Amino acid sequence: MFLVFGSAQAADLSTEPPLDSIQQRVKPCTTCHGNEGRATREGYYPRIAGKPAGYLFNQLTNFRDDRRHYSMMSYMAQLQTDDYLHEIAEYFGSLRVPYPPPHAPAVSTVVLDRGRQLVMQGDPTLKLPACISCHGRRLLGVAPAVPGLLGVSQDYLTAQLGAWRMGVRAAAAPDCMREIVQRMRTEDLNAATAWLASQPVPDDAEPAPSFEATPQLQCGSILGHMAQ
Amino acid sequence: MKKALGFVGILIVLIVLGVWWLSAPDRETGEAPQPATPASADAVTRGRELVGLGGCQSCHTARGGALFAGGRPIPTPFGVFYAPNITPDAATGLGSWSATDFWRALHDGYSKKGGALYPTFPYTNYTRISRQDAEAMYAYLRTIQPVKQVNRHHELKFPYDYRPLLLAWRWLFFRPGVYQSDPAHDTQWNRGAYLVQGLGHCSACHEARNALGATRSEAGPTGGLVLNWYAPSLVTPREAGVQHWTDAEVMTLLKTGVLDTRAMTVGPMAEVVAESLQHTPDDELQAMATYLRSLPAMEPPAQATATQTPYVLRPAERARGEELYKKNCANCHGDHGEGRDPAAPPLVNNRTITMASAVNPIRLVLFGGYPPGTAGNPRPFGMPPFSLTLDDEQIAEVLNYVRTSWGNSAHPVRGEEVSANRGNPLW
Repeated sequence: MFLVFGSAQAADLSTEPPLDSIQQRVKPCTTCHGNEGRATREGYYPRIAGKPAGYLFNQLTNFRDDRRHYSMMSYMAQLQTDDYLHEIAEYFGSLRVPYPPPHAPAVSTVVLDRGRQLVMQGDPTLKLPACISCHGRRLLGVAPAVPGLLGVSQDYLTAQLGAWRMGVRAAAAPDCMREIVQRMRTEDLNAATAWLASQPVPDDAEPAPSFEATPQLQCGSILGHMAQ
Repeated sequence: MKKALGFVGILIVLIVLGVWWLSAPDRETGEAPQPATPASADAVTRGRELVGLGGCQSCHTARGGALFAGGRPIPTPFGVFYAPNITPDAATGLGSWSATDFWRALHDGYSKKGGALYPTFPYTNYTRISRQDAEAMYAYLRTIQPVKQVNRHHELKFPYDYRPLLLAWRWLFFRPGVYQSDPAHDTQWNRGAYLVQGLGHCSACHEARNALGATRSEAGPTGGLVLNWYAPSLVTPREAGVQHWTDAEVMTLLKTGVLDTRAMTVGPMAEVVAESLQHTPDDELQAMATYLRSLPAMEPPAQATATQTPYVLRPAERARGEELYKKNCANCHGDHGEGRDPAAPPLVNNRTITMASAVNPIRLVLFGGYPPGTAGNPRPFGMPPFSLTLDDEQIAEVLNYVRTSWGNSAHPVRGEEVSANRGNPLW
């Protein structure tokens, strides 16, 4: 009885991080991004656990420096040093926590097929490279700065691509995603995000360590990390 | 009520303006412009320090924008101001300005072209700056990278967009004058007074403003709403007065943004620390601390303080508030609001909680926030935002529980007040 009581208490304590820890320091982040950054049911706040640390750092500085716009994120990041933002990005990037099953959008198989084609092969007539050419063959991202495209909601993916197209989201110049999104038709954009959001995430999800082939477009977000 | 006040205000301004034109009194008492002396390296170094202390960067640099190239929006009750380009670019910045032009802006509030400047640019404080310091600031600003960036027009409400009204405003509220040393105090105190009243322009935020945007009292910072936050009074120990602190404690807060878990800066003050105060030399901070600690302690007006008889929550309200507290707050702040070092401040007898204005506690619960990352506190702890998980009534309930528990006694907050803060942009 005492043992049971003791272990229950220990389990309870173990869910609370030590006070002087990075887990305690990032508590403001997990309110929206979920426990350990695994996201909540609210689809617009993306999962950040396990994303490449360089990508997460880029996003923090994008919010800080007005290239991405969400007032809560700018407010949180705007007065922090690069070193601290790196530490926070490394922390969330290092977490390996399970993904929930995908929430398949209600679209026709024709749309899903088109989405799959765009993601895996691209569309040479529209000069669209395949998503996998930069985001990794398994679409789980490429270290250090390219995010995976699985395990986030279609709402989030569509909102981001839409924001890029409208010029409301930007990355460091040259902004390769901006160029790609501007070549995409709206129906293609929806097809690609629908297919991506319907894919399960493997248990051993991990960003690829490097590119298999040199990406076709130059991306400031990647170049910045290569220079370091 | 607000509208009526605004109308009366406008009427007064128009009448005063009429009187102004009829009598055209020459009230400018600024000294005759002096020719600029060539800048020494010392002046540039000193100017850099002074420009830093003056917080010029905060307004004159847009987020992610080029240093001092302007463009940052400054929201005010009169509309949105866009800070201008102050780099030495000839076409779009201050490249064509002489040291005397610069002095006229700082000291008299006139632009090079002769037009009156809006007091969003705090020349009401900067007028206290000495000519020598102004020249050093000018010398430094000449050395920064010129950036071609055209100034964005302010977006002001009628009638504030009519610039000649400023002449009346100046006649009512502005008297130019360099800081005069008070012989009753020593050099350090006088230096502190000079920095707090002038270059540091603390009263630009920490003092209440009237309906026409003029700070209300000459006596000292009394607390005011700015950028949707409440800048607490620096004269009352009930708010942010530091009369009972040591110099070292004041300096630590100003330099690092926190004083262990006893005090922390968020919002606009966090920015002042990050961009300005943490880079300020210790002797200047020491002087500011000396002056701030010496301010005569004033009590806020009676109607603004916590109720004289302790406010008691109805049992049902209290129970709801306590449940919310236990679920959302107690983990870090403790079951009895005692706080936990080093992460969470105590809520017992915490001035942010108990001061008359509930704006900051409301905003902290809604949006959370981090103190600035500084050399002295590079990895700050932060407060999580609850705007997504708690509704307005719940936030009022949990705040009321905290504001009336463990010996705290502050007037209750209503859901409407929380709601009013929810819509305001974050700074």
